[in-house]
Amino acid sequence: MKKRYYFDHNATTPVRPEVLDAMLPYLTEKYGNASSVHSFGRDARHAMEKSREIVATLINADPEEIYFTGCGTESDNIALTGTMTSARDGKNRLITSKVEHSAIMNTAAKLKHDGFQITYIGVDEYCRTDINQLKNVIDNNTALVSIMHGNNETGVLQNIEEAAKIAHSAGAVFHTDAVQSAGKIPIDVKKMGIDMLSMSGHKLNAPKGIGVLYIKKGLKITPLTYGGSHERGIRPGTENVAGIVALAKAVDLAMQDMENEAVTISALRDRLESEIEHVVSNVLFNGRGVPRLPGTSNISFPGVDGEALLFSMDIEGVAASTGSACTTGEVEPSHVLVAMGREPKTAQSSLRFSMGWGTTDAGVDHILNRLPVVLNRLRSISGGI
Amino acid sequence: MYTEKVMDHFENPRNVGELENPDGIGKQGNPVCGDVMELGIKVKNNIIEDVKFRTFGCCAAIATSSMVTEMVMGKTIEEAEEISRQAVAEALDGLPPAKMHCSNLAADALHDAIRDYKEKHAKVFG
Ligand SMILES: Cc1ncc(COP(=O)(O)O)c(C=O)c1O
Ligand code: FES
Repeated sequence: MKKRYYFDHNATTPVRPEVLDAMLPYLTEKYGNASSVHSFGRDARHAMEKSREIVATLINADPEEIYFTGCGTESDNIALTGTMTSARDGKNRLITSKVEHSAIMNTAAKLKHDGFQITYIGVDEYCRTDINQLKNVIDNNTALVSIMHGNNETGVLQNIEEAAKIAHSAGAVFHTDAVQSAGKIPIDVKKMGIDMLSMSGHKLNAPKGIGVLYIKKGLKITPLTYGGSHERGIRPGTENVAGIVALAKAVDLAMQDMENEAVTISALRDRLESEIEHVVSNVLFNGRGVPRLPGTSNISFPGVDGEALLFSMDIEGVAASTGSACTTGEVEPSHVLVAMGREPKTAQSSLRFSMGWGTTDAGVDHILNRLPVVLNRLRSISGGI
Repeated sequence: MYTEKVMDHFENPRNVGELENPDGIGKQGNPVCGDVMELGIKVKNNIIEDVKFRTFGCCAAIATSSMVTEMVMGKTIEEAEEISRQAVAEALDGLPPAKMHCSNLAADALHDAIRDYKEKHAKVFG
């Protein structure tokens, strides 16, 4: 088979071999239920609690503030719905941004349907949340502010420290969706004033099906599901011990070389972008020039359709994305690029390359080699129409 | 998500380009996805002798454009008028539900081109 290059790390990542090695015993020999009191159960619980400590270290939280969930989406759901439905003093407003992932967007839509007031903050042309707008709209009726950390489509980092301050000044809780940033760049929940934070294992080289919600000590939220006392009732259900151990191992690896990895991956991304400018004409970079996640590049190629480009590159052995994988199949242009002020047609002409552990110069070279050919072909089909 | 036929027409689209002095031209766009297609026909003795298209659009839009040109080539005007949106999608062994609208573009552009031809034709004889 032809060599394939994976440039879709924001959609999901490969499981690192060390992570697989760490988790396997918890499927084969140490398969106990962490709630059982016998030695099998105790082994599982011990591994789980050790993992909780490691994950807590990543974001400078306390272990008892870490709740394991099924995925980032579930963490977002619990954070938003759990906070809004338990908000005191009749507070019924949620403020979020226009560039959130559908896990937040659709939870907010459901909350609106249930009678809560939702306000969406806009972004500038670089995908940065309008902090002044947040200042202006926040009021005492606001129970929760949820602003993502690293945007999944553009990689642009939001000023969450400032957003948290504004939230707190109005007595609101602050949540951030850090699914894309956790493990890639430093996060300190105490220093940054984060009350709740969502993470997902499969974005940082652990398997799919394990997520984390950090909830600051003392915050009261209503669970979405009911059952046993697992995860202190916030997320009942027998814990995915193997997934939890895998996540902790992935976090451990990420902490070991976060700085180096960020430098390496940023260099690959920056080279891709600066050389693309030389090999193809008429390109627009989305979110370039402001602080971004190391490995995300979002580029518009006017005159070609993003989906056609995506499939053509796939045929050439390059796996990229037209935005978030979850919305593939929809025909609406990316809500993120549109919020940044891109014309719908330009937004529809965009491709995201996302890099991570395992991305090489050879992959970047391959894109630089094939992209001009593919663009010429597609531009000749549209013939400047 | 796409059938082999769709991918074949996407990778090797037939009859791409612009005709010199077309007898009829049809242009269609979808305001939601921003995709646009233009199709030109050359007609002699009521038969479509040549057809070419240009499309800015997704895989399905390119494949349906290409397919529709294959379907009308050599057909009479009446036969070409019979080609429906559904028929184009079926000739490609189907399209994903979210992509059905893409086949509208091609079929509608064809019908526009035929209408355009008839109008011009009527003027010549009328
Ligand atoms: C920013 C962001 N939030 C939430 C999610 C959802 O995470 P998960 O796939 O673990 O449900 C994703 C990834 O798809 C994401 O990129
Ligand atoms: S998505 Fe609009 S034509 Fe295919």
